[in-house]
Amino acid sequence: MKPIETDIIIVGAGPCGLFTVFEAGLLKLKCHLIDYLPQAGGQLTEIYPKKPIYDIPGFPEILAGELVENLMKQIAPFKPGFTLGERCETISKTEDGKFKVVTNRGTEHIAPVVAIAGGLGCFEPRKPPIANLSDFEDKGVEYIIKDPEFYRNKKVVVAGGGDSALDWSIFLTNVASEVSLIHRRTEFRGAPDSVEKVMELASNKKINLITNSEVIGLSGNGHLKVVEIKHQTDGIISKEADHFVPLFGLSPKLGPIADWGLNIDKNSIEVNTFDYSTNIEGIYAIGDINTYPGKLKLILCGFHEATLMCQSAFKRIYPDKNFVLKYTTVNGIQGF
Amino acid sequence: MSLINVTIIDREGVEHKIEAPTDINMNVMELCKANDLPVEGTCGGMAMCASCHCYIESSHDIFSRSDAEEDMLDQAFFVEQNSRLGCQIKLADDLEGLTLRLAPESN
Repeated sequence: MKPIETDIIIVGAGPCGLFTVFEAGLLKLKCHLIDYLPQAGGQLTEIYPKKPIYDIPGFPEILAGELVENLMKQIAPFKPGFTLGERCETISKTEDGKFKVVTNRGTEHIAPVVAIAGGLGCFEPRKPPIANLSDFEDKGVEYIIKDPEFYRNKKVVVAGGGDSALDWSIFLTNVASEVSLIHRRTEFRGAPDSVEKVMELASNKKINLITNSEVIGLSGNGHLKVVEIKHQTDGIISKEADHFVPLFGLSPKLGPIADWGLNIDKNSIEVNTFDYSTNIEGIYAIGDINTYPGKLKLILCGFHEATLMCQSAFKRIYPDKNFVLKYTTVNGIQGF
Repeated sequence: MSLINVTIIDREGVEHKIEAPTDINMNVMELCKANDLPVEGTCGGMAMCASCHCYIESSHDIFSRSDAEEDMLDQAFFVEQNSRLGCQIKLADDLEGLTLRLAPESN
């Protein structure tokens, strides 16, 4: 496949990355966004779409999901490209001094400027602190259920108390030979329908429901065989299992960006506040992922950073052009 | 300014004695960050990440957790009976002498 060519590659399609498209668009710069999540909006869409935000200038109150919808509308005239559901893995320089960013699926992107608006990083499954957990990854331990058929006639232990733990436990009763659900307390959050269904399946002995418990150990010879469960009062229970599926939600990790040669302090990328440039010329970092003296991780600060960053990006791409700041009040928006 | 004394024990076991304001609507997560203690506060205080997970070690009876906090603790690790999310503990005058310990970091 031919590489995607653009003016600015934006790593991360959260609010800050999205607004960059607008500010770049005013300067006639084209953008392409890459995000590991399957949809735009970053944590606003993934984690708290229904939470109200109170500190967006001009909006006394707006739901996070609505803010993303508005941003998508605002940037539509500038026709941004998207590579979604893929994680940026590597960055390299091309012969003509541009950057090439390649994702985990091999999609190539080329541009003279890269803006990292990666927020907190990539959202990855939260892993329980079991000493030898990694020894059994893909040997009986999976953090994401891709194909339920994989579990046909197997003994499966699911851990967690949220919707995904409940829903998958319910679903797996159709294929697995035995389903156990391990949860820290007796109450479940998650949709009441799902909770009710799990309770019903538990009373019919279709789900082996073990509450007030957590999985503390795994053993097996090359493949998972036994899961050790610690009950708050009854002590240790050993349970035969072919698969252990811990479903504890997602948490952000900086990921491969950490190896791009950027100066990093406490999981954040150090930038110059003049234009939010990093130590590598042509790579900028804006929004929650950057750090500088006085940094505040606020969406509105990310918008400001994106705006100044685009000015610098323009000068880098067109060093000879005299640049004029565009006021949208004078000319309106001219899309591509 | 109204102040209370709070002790925070970090992950190396070091005690940090901190004077904490009670009249600026501050929570324990913010207090930790303001004092450069290793608390990320990733989600910004919405009870959605558990990076401010801590244990209450003084006798303050502050264990009424909201559903949101319980839900998040369900996804956290090293959870004990005295676990709380720092962002959900608002600093108030009746917390004078509060002692808490930061929970281990988890992946």
